[in-house]
Amino acid sequence: MTAPLVLFYLFALLAAGSAVAMVASVRNTVASAMWLVVTMVSLAVIYVLLGAYLVAAIQIMVYGGAIVVLFLFVVMLLNLRSDDFGPGRQRMLKLAAALLGLFALVQLLRGGGGLPPMPVAPEGYGGYAELGIALYTDYVLLVEMASLLLTAAIVGALILAKREVN
Amino acid sequence: MLTVVLIKSVFILAVIIGAIAPVITWVERKQSAVMQDRIGANRADIGGLTVIGLLHPLADVFKLLSKEDVVPEGANRVMHLIAPLIAAAPAIVAFAVIPYGGVYQFGDFELSLVAANPDWGLLYIFCIGSLATYGVVMAGWASNNNWSLLGGLRASAQMISYEVTLGLSVVGIFMCFQTLQLQDMAIAQDQTFRLLGFTDVLFGFSIPYSDWIRLPAWGVFFQPLGFLFFLTCIMAENKRPPFDMPEGESELIAGYFLEYSGMRFGLFFMAEFIEVVVIAGLMTTIFLGGWAVPWASTESIIWFFGTKVGLGVGFATGLCVLIHFATFMAKVVVMIWVQMLMRWTLPRFRYDQMMDLCWKIILPLSIANIFVTGFVILLVNGASS
Repeated sequence: MTAPLVLFYLFALLAAGSAVAMVASVRNTVASAMWLVVTMVSLAVIYVLLGAYLVAAIQIMVYGGAIVVLFLFVVMLLNLRSDDFGPGRQRMLKLAAALLGLFALVQLLRGGGGLPPMPVAPEGYGGYAELGIALYTDYVLLVEMASLLLTAAIVGALILAKREVN
Repeated sequence: MLTVVLIKSVFILAVIIGAIAPVITWVERKQSAVMQDRIGANRADIGGLTVIGLLHPLADVFKLLSKEDVVPEGANRVMHLIAPLIAAAPAIVAFAVIPYGGVYQFGDFELSLVAANPDWGLLYIFCIGSLATYGVVMAGWASNNNWSLLGGLRASAQMISYEVTLGLSVVGIFMCFQTLQLQDMAIAQDQTFRLLGFTDVLFGFSIPYSDWIRLPAWGVFFQPLGFLFFLTCIMAENKRPPFDMPEGESELIAGYFLEYSGMRFGLFFMAEFIEVVVIAGLMTTIFLGGWAVPWASTESIIWFFGTKVGLGVGFATGLCVLIHFATFMAKVVVMIWVQMLMRWTLPRFRYDQMMDLCWKIILPLSIANIFVTGFVILLVNGASS
């Protein structure tokens, strides 16, 4: 086995294992969030192995560094516990999780779905220059739409925060 | 290949953690003493030999190692144990991408004095910086102490806010050097540019020797605002005064590391000091020309010692390596001194002042800086083509 393959299996196992640990440690919400960080960072390592360096960096910076810190912030401020969530909602979540698990199991039993072999990445694939050029030429409309959406979200959050509470 | 990387990593870690980090704990004491008209650390001695107080870091280590390691009651034991490690690790690995010397050719062997040189080098630093938050937040939460928790909360909000502006403040530099690779940035600064590149005539007078008026092509001359913002943001990330609200003695006792003792408290302390060195190295590489000697490019140094003095190219290249490393270290020392100066000059901000500085001053100004930089680059490139 080559070194990248060993690393892939190692971090794939770590990603899956920490995802399970995240769900299992639901009684301790902070521990749960920390396991989520491990999952995010393991996924970033897998992106690096695929040659998608920019995506890996963004994965760590945005998901690992920013979003989970915000989760932690909220969790620590509100000191949430699992029994704070209503039972009805948990039943729905369990149903969704069971359906997803069943789907994954079926896929696994079908032999992984027969994925095509991985194509050889072209020169400069996954670099920031290539991604930037693609984003601002071919996909510029989507970028503008996303930025509009984000602006709307910020304005909405501001309106909610500044609303007079009676 | 792997051995070379290993040697380079061990070398830079030995220099940073083994030599510089302990010495700057002494510098901090001594500089604060001088600034406050005191004598400062001078008591630790071995057989009566005090070496101007340089033995204090050693005494610190023995003191911290011999202290009782307390885990408070009701604390989350595992998280309390690993939090200092998570806080210290990012500071240590950040130096992997900071070049401390240029690229040299010894026959067939090419020596690039940086442990790892990915083409997304600066993004790596941002990744590492964003993970550094967790050590602090975990420490604050796991200690089962409300002061600690408040410190952790303050730290997480502060670091996440300043990460945004930290990234935006160097976009102008990306545009100037057109690279994210730190070694490439240093190489791009290993030259000079004509200060009056746009004209030979000023107010009707032709300027004598206008071709001689040159400045080293350092980032700070292209992005002075970027330099200021980056320094401010990265110092806020390090949570040292004037940005030390997460510790805030007067209101939070010691903040997130309140419940730590012994060497695990020492790890938080060490992380802070290693970060000071990392910041100095990063500022040097991005804005102050890295290892480059001002007004003397690598080729001219090798030519001077190799041909003019007549030492031979191989020997001259070796000498050049030493000169560049010494230059890098000198610049790092200056940047450490600047940080210490700010730490002992400015009083602590109020929390809302610090947040206003980030979101209301630095963020809009650094976005404006990006636009102006883009406009100027367009203007210069348009004129040349």
